[in-house]
Amino acid sequence: MTNTLHRYGSAESFDDDYIVFATPSNGKNDVDSIPKLKKFLEMALPFKPVNIGDPVHGGALRPSRELQTSANWKRDFTPDFRAVIDGINEPASVVAIFDNQLAAEQFLKVAAEADLGLSVNMSASVEGAEECFKFAGITRHSVGYSLGFEGATEKLPNTQILTLSTMCGHGMISSSLAKKMVDWVKEGRRTPEEAVTYMTRFCSCGVFNPVRAKRVLEEARKKME
Amino acid sequence: MKINPDKCVACGNCTYVCPMGAIYIDPVIKRATINRDECVECYACYNGLSVEHMNPSLVRTVRKILQLGRVRFDPEPDVCPTAAFEPDELQWPRVIRRAFSDPRATHESTGVQGRGTEEVKTNDVTHRVKEGEVGFTIEFGRPGVGVWLRDIQKMTWALAKAGVAFEKKNPFTLLMTDVTTGTLREDVLNEKVMSAIVEIKVGVERTEEIIQLVHRVEKEVNTVVSLGVGTRCDEHGDENVVAPILKRLGYKIERAKTNMGLGKITNPVEVKGTGQKIELVKEG
Repeated sequence: MTNTLHRYGSAESFDDDYIVFATPSNGKNDVDSIPKLKKFLEMALPFKPVNIGDPVHGGALRPSRELQTSANWKRDFTPDFRAVIDGINEPASVVAIFDNQLAAEQFLKVAAEADLGLSVNMSASVEGAEECFKFAGITRHSVGYSLGFEGATEKLPNTQILTLSTMCGHGMISSSLAKKMVDWVKEGRRTPEEAVTYMTRFCSCGVFNPVRAKRVLEEARKKME
Repeated sequence: MKINPDKCVACGNCTYVCPMGAIYIDPVIKRATINRDECVECYACYNGLSVEHMNPSLVRTVRKILQLGRVRFDPEPDVCPTAAFEPDELQWPRVIRRAFSDPRATHESTGVQGRGTEEVKTNDVTHRVKEGEVGFTIEFGRPGVGVWLRDIQKMTWALAKAGVAFEKKNPFTLLMTDVTTGTLREDVLNEKVMSAIVEIKVGVERTEEIIQLVHRVEKEVNTVVSLGVGTRCDEHGDENVVAPILKRLGYKIERAKTNMGLGKITNPVEVKGTGQKIELVKEG
């Protein structure tokens, strides 16, 4: 899941971004892993994740194949966590996103105690993750560092757009859409809450963090970088 | 992917959601159109847009009337009002585009969604990267730029020349005709994908050499490169080998992925020659 590793931002900007995911490995522990994946997300719910998801079906807010025209005036913006859990039917990573360290570290502790046998990873700032696994009494196994973006970086958009679009590391949230949402919030055509939900629906695995995105949109409303 | 011109009403919503910027309103036919060269078959348009099933003729008429008065309807921006997107039946080699771009498409070669590799996130059960080793994920095209496979070959050639081993369970490695030279199949070179990860493993002593090599070659590659460096922690969970090297090279490490070591091998194992399967729970 390198799609969470390379989020753009400074370590401080990840203070409201903690990603915890469970992954079954092909040929190692994928057999009968579906109930365990469901349990992992069930255990996350009491700690109030801001999003959950899986790469096969998506996150807690999904696009509709049968949208009613009335949605242009009145649309349901409520994330459906239950649908994510009920919909898991393949052995693939599941993910829970938290907007604070306290929730993330407490969930990590519970997940470790549950001993599901799946690989559990946290994607966060280096210091944030360290504090979490120490709190949970975990001796970590491996670490993957992001060295950021290199090469033809002149092709990248500005930092606020990049912060928004890289919250879906699969690249499903285009920089054009992120820019449009910043513009719409600046113009007052949509609220940051509404703009966030449009972007969230494009994230195909549920790693998009709507709380962090709302913060970025609020900042960009007053000052576009 | 294709857009059905009989259904499209040229509302323009889809032009913003394409990560490659490959959708535009054709001024001649007045319909949304996909630049097939640039399209990476990521399905962001098809999977991400919500869909209404409105009558195209009715929508076009209403839009024309509104346009006459210079009035613009302000619809939801993530909706295709007439369900105009229709997936193509992709043939080889174009199917490569989708395999490396649509996160919901499973790589048949590895059975993994997304970029098709588990890298260090399952290292506690796969032991891909052992102590004293460093695993590199060199990702091209991300974020939101895309990459032509012929460009990546410049890097794989250079890496192979340096004598590194490519990760076997990585879909990009499986596109190579010769892993000793890093040469890709000829018929995929002119395909563009959202992103692709070249995955290698070397001894920790080669960390700096590989980073310098990537720096040198990425200048010849017309896209963005995201570099990830994974390593095994010691028995106390500490990692005091690779991080100091990265810091010495001037990297400010803002973000990391931490494998908590909770994985276990739980799949039944077949007893050789008997066809019998037994449960073997093994700590990662």
